[in-house]
Amino acid sequence: MAVYFDHNATTPLHEKIFEAMQPYMGSVCGNPSSLHRFGRLQRQAIEQAREQVAALMGAQSSQVIFTSGGTEANNLMVKGLSMDTAVQRIAVSAIEHMSLLQPAAEVGCNVDQIAVDGQGLVTQESLKQAINKETVLVSVMAANNETGAVQDINKLAEEVRAHDIWFHTDASQIAGKLEFSFEKTAVHAMTLSSHKLYGPMGAGALIVDKCLPMHSLLQGGSQEKGLRAGTENVPAIVGFGMAAELAAQELIERADHVRVLRDALEKELMQLGVVKVFSQQVRRLPNTLQFGVQGFDGETLLMELDRRGFAVSSGSACTSGKTEPSHVLKAMAVPNQLATSAIRVSLGRANTMAEIERFIEAMKQIIGLSNSAVMMAANL
Amino acid sequence: MNDKTNRPIYLDYSATTPIDERVVAEMLKYMGSDAIFGNPASRSHSYGWTAEAAVEQARQHVADLVGADPREIVFTSGATESDNLAIKGAAHFNVKSGKHIITCKTEHKAVLDSCRQLEREGYEVTYLDPEQNGLIDLDKLKAAMRDDTTLVSIMHVNNEIGVIQDIEAIGKACRQRKIIFHVDAAQSAGKVPMNLSELPVDLMSFSAHKIYGPKGMGALYVQRKPRVRLEAQMHGGGHERGMRSGTLATHQIVGMGEAFRIAKEEMATENERLINLRNQLWDGLKDMEEVYVNGDFDQRVAGNLNISFNYVEGESLLMALKDLAISSGSACTSASLEPSYVLRALGRNDELAHSSIRFSMGRYTTSKDIETTIKHVRSAVEKLRNLSPLWDMYKDGIDLNSIKWAAH
Repeated sequence: MAVYFDHNATTPLHEKIFEAMQPYMGSVCGNPSSLHRFGRLQRQAIEQAREQVAALMGAQSSQVIFTSGGTEANNLMVKGLSMDTAVQRIAVSAIEHMSLLQPAAEVGCNVDQIAVDGQGLVTQESLKQAINKETVLVSVMAANNETGAVQDINKLAEEVRAHDIWFHTDASQIAGKLEFSFEKTAVHAMTLSSHKLYGPMGAGALIVDKCLPMHSLLQGGSQEKGLRAGTENVPAIVGFGMAAELAAQELIERADHVRVLRDALEKELMQLGVVKVFSQQVRRLPNTLQFGVQGFDGETLLMELDRRGFAVSSGSACTSGKTEPSHVLKAMAVPNQLATSAIRVSLGRANTMAEIERFIEAMKQIIGLSNSAVMMAANL
Repeated sequence: MNDKTNRPIYLDYSATTPIDERVVAEMLKYMGSDAIFGNPASRSHSYGWTAEAAVEQARQHVADLVGADPREIVFTSGATESDNLAIKGAAHFNVKSGKHIITCKTEHKAVLDSCRQLEREGYEVTYLDPEQNGLIDLDKLKAAMRDDTTLVSIMHVNNEIGVIQDIEAIGKACRQRKIIFHVDAAQSAGKVPMNLSELPVDLMSFSAHKIYGPKGMGALYVQRKPRVRLEAQMHGGGHERGMRSGTLATHQIVGMGEAFRIAKEEMATENERLINLRNQLWDGLKDMEEVYVNGDFDQRVAGNLNISFNYVEGESLLMALKDLAISSGSACTSASLEPSYVLRALGRNDELAHSSIRFSMGRYTTSKDIETTIKHVRSAVEKLRNLSPLWDMYKDGIDLNSIKWAAH
């Protein structure tokens, strides 16, 4: 198989997490809502996972609402907040994930975009410009999935709170990669996704302060304090819990490991002369490197890299397959041509320096090949 | 207790089923770092392509069991989400044709609560009463249809009493009036044969964990010809043809596919075995005094038997039967002490509704389990009745309905 450099799209399931899940896919069966012993064991497993997730994010377990994933958590946040859509507005950053931007467009109230600067950061000024007396909710993601740029959520939350506005942050990408706390950042709500931190797909959470007036999007059962109907996905939730526990244990170790690799890669790529790294001037996720290659088309780069055994992407998996330049880079005012040449490398715990070296060689080849072709063409 | 495992005997297959080992084996191929783990939406590398191919293979298996085209299968996080998507999605999209919906009082909460939500949004909902045997009277359904009716939602097999509705006849009646027909088939897929390429059904909800697949996984059948259109309920990314966004859990989808594939192969022999077990259970209990089967006995899914033991309080009976994992009704409402709304809708009085037990049998239930069950149930009911003053009065020939209870 190819070398996997696409951890921001999804991560392989961690062995220990897999082990924790297995009993719940085998001998331990039952519906957590059932009152008999089988059901009670399932219920206990869910509550333990809730504690584990809460512990990683510095929240109380009673604030954790399990969902089927990050997309559902973002939908729940935006569409499940009770508001009078005729008179109220929400403000979202221009670089949010589609699972936040699209529900925001569907919710029926006015949506204001919060601009980002050339490095992909929301500034206090742009935030102030986007909110007014009618604003009820602000959502700014903690770390961007494409560029890895990390927002100063503490500061933004402070500003938003001063205006008596609810503040939500999509923490799917930052969770397990850098320290990030629900309590310390003083946000009101936070989205998490299990499969971005070596947990299984099919589980996520909205951590939400009890003071928010929320209602369920799914009807038909009182699970998750009435905010999420449907039989709980117990194995996935157990795996998510374990993923959170391991992430808490290994947080620094993991970050250090990928940072060394990422920095080495970045340094070498910069030597090539035609590479421009996005969000380079600001704090980024330690595993993420998104860059453009001047004079290249992103699709060609992806194909050439795939041919050489590297699994990378241009940006978000959820919008991959589209040829438009990413809305994130657009919002950062990256010129179209450079934006369409974007490659995102997102590293994980199993990646090695040898892989990085091979990747650099491959990039040199691809760029060199094309350069010599150009030069040959010029000589003719 | 089951002698081998020293655990209670599991007779709650309608609540959830254990995952079949063969299903787990398929799922494991997509779990772990040595496995195929890509995001099926990733278009730029083989991790993504391989995951996507697995998803499409599973879609084919799901479609095959129910006679659908794979392009008609939309994966969701479960039957609850499928019901929500079908009912709210169809009602919202077709609001111009009207705001009236027909359903039945014995539907699952996911259907009833979705309808209640629509009522809050200004829709009108007719909740049909079933007949005493739990089945719908087609004439009553037809009479409830109006020019502004856009949707009829009737479940195929009831989760508590197991009765099978005649969805073909109901569907035909809907077609005549050009009304969209949604069927909650969470309890019937893999248990009742069906062919959606011929059935007049527009939307159908499925669950994986009710037929030995994983929890957190379901699907909605959305007919293509004629095309049924829905308003998406989950946005962001445009997965599943825009009808359901969110990263697909590859291993769960694969598990659902394998569960449906196995069900198709084994349904016929499995049903025969389950009917024998059900008959064995009923034969072992039917000579007791004052026991009643809830729901039509014959038009019933193979693994279900719902019985009321008159003059015994259901909760006490459940407590006395600690060695059996059974329930008094739906798991989703089991935390409440209210009598089953399904049994109330059949016209059962509170006492009978309160004294009901749902036995649901499945793939791993043995004849020995049923033998043990019969023994436990008979002795528990006898013991509880011996303690019951109501039972004494009944035995003395006093008509309990004639008694005026003093308030105190």
